[in-house]
Amino acid sequence: MIRFEHVTKHYTDDDRSVEDINLSVHAGEFVSIVGHSGAGKTTLIRLLLGEIKPTAGNIWFDDFDVDALKRSQLPMYRRRIGVVFQDFRLLNNRTAFENVAFAMEAAGRSDDEIVADVPHALELVGLTHKARSFPQEMSGGERQRLAIARAIINQPEVILADEPTGNLDPDSTREVIEILKKINDLGTTVILTTHNKSVVDGLGKRVVTLSKGRLVKDAAVGRYHHHETEE
Amino acid sequence: MSIQTDSKRILRWGLINFYRNTVVSIASVLMMTVTLTVIGIVIFLNAVLGFSLAQIGSKVDVNVYFYPSVSEAQVLQVQQNLQQLPEVASVEYISEDQALSDFRTRHASDYLTLQALDELGANPLGATLNIRAKESGQYESIANTLDQNTSLSNGSTPIIEKVNYAQNKAIIERLTSIMRSVQTLGLAITAFFIVISILITFNTIRLAIYMSREEIATMRMVGAENKYIQGPFMTEGIVYGIVSAILTLVLFVPITYWLTGHTQAFFGGLSLFRYYGDNFFQFLAILLVAGILLGMISAWFAIRKYLRK
Repeated sequence: MIRFEHVTKHYTDDDRSVEDINLSVHAGEFVSIVGHSGAGKTTLIRLLLGEIKPTAGNIWFDDFDVDALKRSQLPMYRRRIGVVFQDFRLLNNRTAFENVAFAMEAAGRSDDEIVADVPHALELVGLTHKARSFPQEMSGGERQRLAIARAIINQPEVILADEPTGNLDPDSTREVIEILKKINDLGTTVILTTHNKSVVDGLGKRVVTLSKGRLVKDAAVGRYHHHETEE
Repeated sequence: MSIQTDSKRILRWGLINFYRNTVVSIASVLMMTVTLTVIGIVIFLNAVLGFSLAQIGSKVDVNVYFYPSVSEAQVLQVQQNLQQLPEVASVEYISEDQALSDFRTRHASDYLTLQALDELGANPLGATLNIRAKESGQYESIANTLDQNTSLSNGSTPIIEKVNYAQNKAIIERLTSIMRSVQTLGLAITAFFIVISILITFNTIRLAIYMSREEIATMRMVGAENKYIQGPFMTEGIVYGIVSAILTLVLFVPITYWLTGHTQAFFGGLSLFRYYGDNFFQFLAILLVAGILLGMISAWFAIRKYLRK
């Protein structure tokens, strides 16, 4: 469903660039993309979101070219993808409920649907009791779970999780990964970037390894190998 | 999504944001209140200026002196003709007797003059017409009309003894030019202050939106359309405008009341407080429209930057 074909992206200030990436992700897969910071993980995510354009190559989502999307088509496209970031990116002056509801409002859903669906999403991530709290009143783990609830509320086909556990303690990390696995079990494709060894090793799923912008390994059941990421 | 749901949500979030972003809202409202106060003061200044200039202008007139032999009917005929001229604001008729009694009052302490007048026996003064033009620049054409137009005289016999325009000409022209420059200067100062205060308000709102830039990025990431991101911010800007306009209108009550006590005599009897009361709805409309437009347009411009790809 997602295909990177000879994708290259150069930045003018170099670093974080990617070179000739070929990668296919099928519906229902759970793919971890690992590598050191600067290896190009986030660049891949941003390319897929249409935030930046590739220098060369094509990115396919189902049967359309992401690069060819018009600016006015981007909002519609992004509603098909749920995104979770390391720094949460929540709306700070809205409550947990309102943060999730915002994604539905943006997608043009009715008030009735919002009232019906948001509690379910909050329940899935274990935040029912925090519905009226603002992000500042929540712990890092709770904020990330809230971000996941927001990412899944519109039933996207793919969840992109860019270093979702980067700012979290081990307990919260485990919780977040468990939720992502649960979402994947329910049928949603998950693409996770991380440089946390224990997370990858515990998953037992497909692992794609990046190093200095190149795809160096793609294993169906992978582990995080240090020597592969350092060259 | 229906337009109705859309607008309802945009309105609701605009109001909620205004309420929740307390510090930013207070700062923006205060800044905009200053701007609207400046605009209000400019309106007052124009009123004061206009009133003072009108006061000065109304002191200028042209007097037409008739020969004592001219009958009252003839003078009234001339008065009627003059009133039909488009430049003329009013023509006051002063009869011979009135002219005499005015003269006596004016020279009440001048014993010698009064004695000379008594000695004369008959009334040496003719009737007079005091002409006021609508604008001070129009006296010349009125005076010319009086000189040339035969319909204002009675056939071949001259009835007008003199028109004192020629004597007053220099003063009238001087005054006219001063009034024009003061008005131009007033306009320039007005424009200057309004531009400055609009820039300040624009910057304040820009700063407020700058603080929300990450939220805007987040909204885009979630897939919100631009109008749905822009809408609440513009609503917030409008709310700033409305609240500031009301605040400014309230502020002007004590300000004008206090100023009136100190300046009424200086402004030639103009009561700022009364003026404010009489023109309250005009102030309301101007400040409300200015506030709303300022808030809305500033927000629109400020947010545009973050919505580009």
